[in-house]
Amino acid sequence: MHSASSEQEELKTTPLFGEHEILGARIVPFAGYKMPVQYPGGIIAEHLATRASAGLFDVSHMGQALLKGVDHATVAGFLETLIPADILTLKPGKQRYSQLLNADGGILDDLMVSRSADPGQDGTLTLVVNAATKEADFAHISAHLPAGITLERKESWALVALQGPKAEAVLADLGADVAAMGFMSVAVCTVGGIAARISRSGYTGEDGFELSVADGDVVALWRRLLADDRVRPVGLGARDSLRLEAGLCLYGHDIDTRTTPVEADLLWSIQKRRRESGGFPGAAVVQRQIRDGVERLRVGILPEGRVPARDGTEILAPDGTPLGVITSGGFGPSVNGPVAMGYIKKSHATPGAAVRLMVRGKPVEARVAAMPFVPHAYKR
Amino acid sequence: MSSVYYTKDHEYISVDGDVGVVGISDYAQEQLGDVVFVELPEIGKVIKKGEECAVVESVKAASEIYAPVDGEVVEINESLEGNPVSVNEDAMGAGWFFKVKNIDAAQLDGLMDEKAYADYLMTLS
Repeated sequence: MHSASSEQEELKTTPLFGEHEILGARIVPFAGYKMPVQYPGGIIAEHLATRASAGLFDVSHMGQALLKGVDHATVAGFLETLIPADILTLKPGKQRYSQLLNADGGILDDLMVSRSADPGQDGTLTLVVNAATKEADFAHISAHLPAGITLERKESWALVALQGPKAEAVLADLGADVAAMGFMSVAVCTVGGIAARISRSGYTGEDGFELSVADGDVVALWRRLLADDRVRPVGLGARDSLRLEAGLCLYGHDIDTRTTPVEADLLWSIQKRRRESGGFPGAAVVQRQIRDGVERLRVGILPEGRVPARDGTEILAPDGTPLGVITSGGFGPSVNGPVAMGYIKKSHATPGAAVRLMVRGKPVEARVAAMPFVPHAYKR
Repeated sequence: MSSVYYTKDHEYISVDGDVGVVGISDYAQEQLGDVVFVELPEIGKVIKKGEECAVVESVKAASEIYAPVDGEVVEINESLEGNPVSVNEDAMGAGWFFKVKNIDAAQLDGLMDEKAYADYLMTLS
């Protein structure tokens, strides 16, 4: 067996690192942090428990920040110069998914943007960005800040995700009144006596919540949530298999500076006004792609048989013509078989189209498939 | 009575007479996590010590398996196709990969026995 040895650079830890060790997690380096890839019991059990009940994830390595201006129109107007989502019409208490774009329409990162429900907080947007890109993201935003708008990084905020069909009931039993929250809404609640900024969203395709709390409170929150029998801790391994089955992009694999939101099939995240008016980096490229179409598109791929097709696997037509490449692939525990996504020539980007994957030099037959592979269970 | 030998890459070969049973150690399966697929060599394939001879796919990654000795593959564990999790459940038993014959006995001397492998594992943590 060969396993690549990891570089032991200066790795950071989240405030929950001690909890992961107590739970017997296997720790791996990820985005500059020592993170749990799995707990005893394994990735498949964690994945299935999240779909059936509730999984608890430490995502404190992600970047959180507040973007502040005098009022919503001012701060939203600024953010719209960096991302293609409509933030001006984002209602109080709502969240949107978007991407930081470069001048070519390439994706610098994907992120969540939310507007507080509290009128006293008007003019403040909350940003959550990926761990591996957070330094570059915040430097990029800071470099564009006009007078009167500030970016406040919140390195003292921890973040956990509680995902799965039992998540709402678990939080309700801890006194958090979240039943009225819809998918992609945000609220401030008390969970077991701990003040939390909650959003009803996640990265699993399940109903669920992300809870942002002060780093000094997160161990207590983590323990309180895990004290509920319906909740089990879930590491990065199952986080990846859950998001893959849900058809969600992983930055650095499925999207990066070489892909645009149109090629990545993320056009749903660019609202009508922004498509028409532009005003974001790379708008000319994105608008041209909307008008003229793209040469390649991100699609789901379902390999036949049992062999997983990983990131980097070549996609061919049945006659051997190169069509594209897999960007994420592995075993889907809920699908109980291999699942993948990748970029393919537009001419073949139709669900059901037959393709061939080259896995270790051997052909594996596959089909283009609609995503998600497992239906989303969001609370609409 | 068979004798078990281990490589530093955590393959084992359990030798009984002139046939060796090859698989991965319990430590290896623990490190890999849930096994979802094992790609085995074809019967009749002549393998060379240190060369890739199988691939184990876990949920998170594919890992190459290297031949512990020279030999010829005479049987593969076909039950792994429908039940790859037996590698996790019983790596040293039902989770074996393949059998080889025409083993070069001198190469076995270069591998670790149970005691040496246990000592080796102690140095890894």
